[in-house]
Amino acid sequence: MNIVNILEEIEKVDGEIYERLSPRRNAMKDFYNIGKKISLAALPLAMGSMFQKAYGQTNPSTVNDVLGFALALEYLEWNYYNHALTLANTTYIPDGAPRAAITTIRNHERAHVDLLKGALGITGADGYVYADFDFTASGGFADVDSNYQTFLKVALAFEDTGVRAYKGQAPILKGNAVLTTALQIHSVEARHASHLRQMVAANVTGASGLKPWIAYSANGNDTGIAAVDAVYAGEQNTTQAGIQITGINGTTVSQSQAAECFDEFLTGAAVKTIANLFIKTGKKLT
Amino acid sequence: MKNNELITQDELQEERLFNSSLGRRSFLQFAGASAAGIALMAAGCRKDRNYGDTSTGATLDFKDDFGVLNYAYALEQLEAAFYVKVASAPPSTFTTAQKAYFQDIQFHEVAHREFFKNALGTAAIGSLEVDFSSIDFTSATSVLGAAMAFEDLGVAAYNGAGVRIKSTDYLVLAGKIVSVEARHAAYIRDIISNGTFADLASLAPLGAVNASGLDGALTPDKVLAIAGKYVKTKINVINL
Repeated sequence: MNIVNILEEIEKVDGEIYERLSPRRNAMKDFYNIGKKISLAALPLAMGSMFQKAYGQTNPSTVNDVLGFALALEYLEWNYYNHALTLANTTYIPDGAPRAAITTIRNHERAHVDLLKGALGITGADGYVYADFDFTASGGFADVDSNYQTFLKVALAFEDTGVRAYKGQAPILKGNAVLTTALQIHSVEARHASHLRQMVAANVTGASGLKPWIAYSANGNDTGIAAVDAVYAGEQNTTQAGIQITGINGTTVSQSQAAECFDEFLTGAAVKTIANLFIKTGKKLT
Repeated sequence: MKNNELITQDELQEERLFNSSLGRRSFLQFAGASAAGIALMAAGCRKDRNYGDTSTGATLDFKDDFGVLNYAYALEQLEAAFYVKVASAPPSTFTTAQKAYFQDIQFHEVAHREFFKNALGTAAIGSLEVDFSSIDFTSATSVLGAAMAFEDLGVAAYNGAGVRIKSTDYLVLAGKIVSVEARHAAYIRDIISNGTFADLASLAPLGAVNASGLDGALTPDKVLAIAGKYVKTKINVINL
């Protein structure tokens, strides 16, 4: 059988393959019978998960680490919106639809904070308060508390980062019921990002062409706001699982549409670097 | 049928595969269950090529990731067919910007459909026959309402199916797609009524929980029951 040949080839480069696959001797007996239990067409995926179990155990991350990380990002978002909405002079956020939209988003972020605190069994005060943040990013967005355009730019950066952050943590939650909850938060952040992109397009000078989805740009950043390049690094990708999406199968899918139709993830480290720009010393994410 | 041709290709692949030894690097790539892995192993599955027979409907077998991917492929086929029809003759009241964005959405869904088709290879189900008789394609209200229904359902479908995915690569890919569907959903909702981009209370029937800020999430059987009115091809679900 073909699969046996593969294992023998692997054994030549990794003599411990059988032990890695399972420490139990009878596991290999099951493995040889695998063709009777699952369809042959399913083999690559079955093998993939088997090998990942064998080789993929080095990641020390736990579910609670992911939830705690997500909670920190939600604290950041909630404090940002809540401060802007409750600040005495926030007339820079126009009444009506704009203020209503920001309120909707703020309320979702608070709900996420409460949900994640509950999931982690945290009953006390919030781990982060407004004073722990510097939303000017050390002066890079100096007028974030008074200028509507600047406020929207930072908000969009937070939402698009949030989408990428949850996506990047999904593998650690694989197969866990918590994954579903994380995905349900993830797509809400994407809805926020879509709406904020339209708010940015309507209000920020030079951004009128900004789409609800992330268009192709050579460095991934389609917003024209150079200060947030790191938020979009890699979004220019048009190849998925080795398959080129531009013009796929003779279609006229453009380069930009190919980049748009798959959002990319960010690693935890990349997200922390971005978030830490807005977090004061002593409370930075590590 | 091109069965003979397929078998010949399979044999060639087999020969290439087993005459060359697997280096450690290529093995590790293989272990990731990438698309290349599928092409590789598809070589060994000619006996089981019983997917994609449209005469008896399409079977989604949820015993493994192929079932989940075919499920996504089915939904993307449905969405793509809808947007191709809309983009070919948009409602007359659509603005220029709306027409352009519906073109984008059309190609996003076509790209998703073709991606799954290629990733699944010989394990892919066949083309589904759609039934859009309930949609008035000349009416913006009807088209937008259907688009919203498709996108919100798509989001709930991916959110609900994610936990079934065993391959990390495909879990990430599903995540890459679902947020784009959510961007579509928010855009279309805002056209219908500005500010409803994330009206989670209205999404409660799809599993959303407004009080916790959670979007929809539905199991495949529930999604297919809702999507069923748009599909003529019989979809069989097993091992759910």
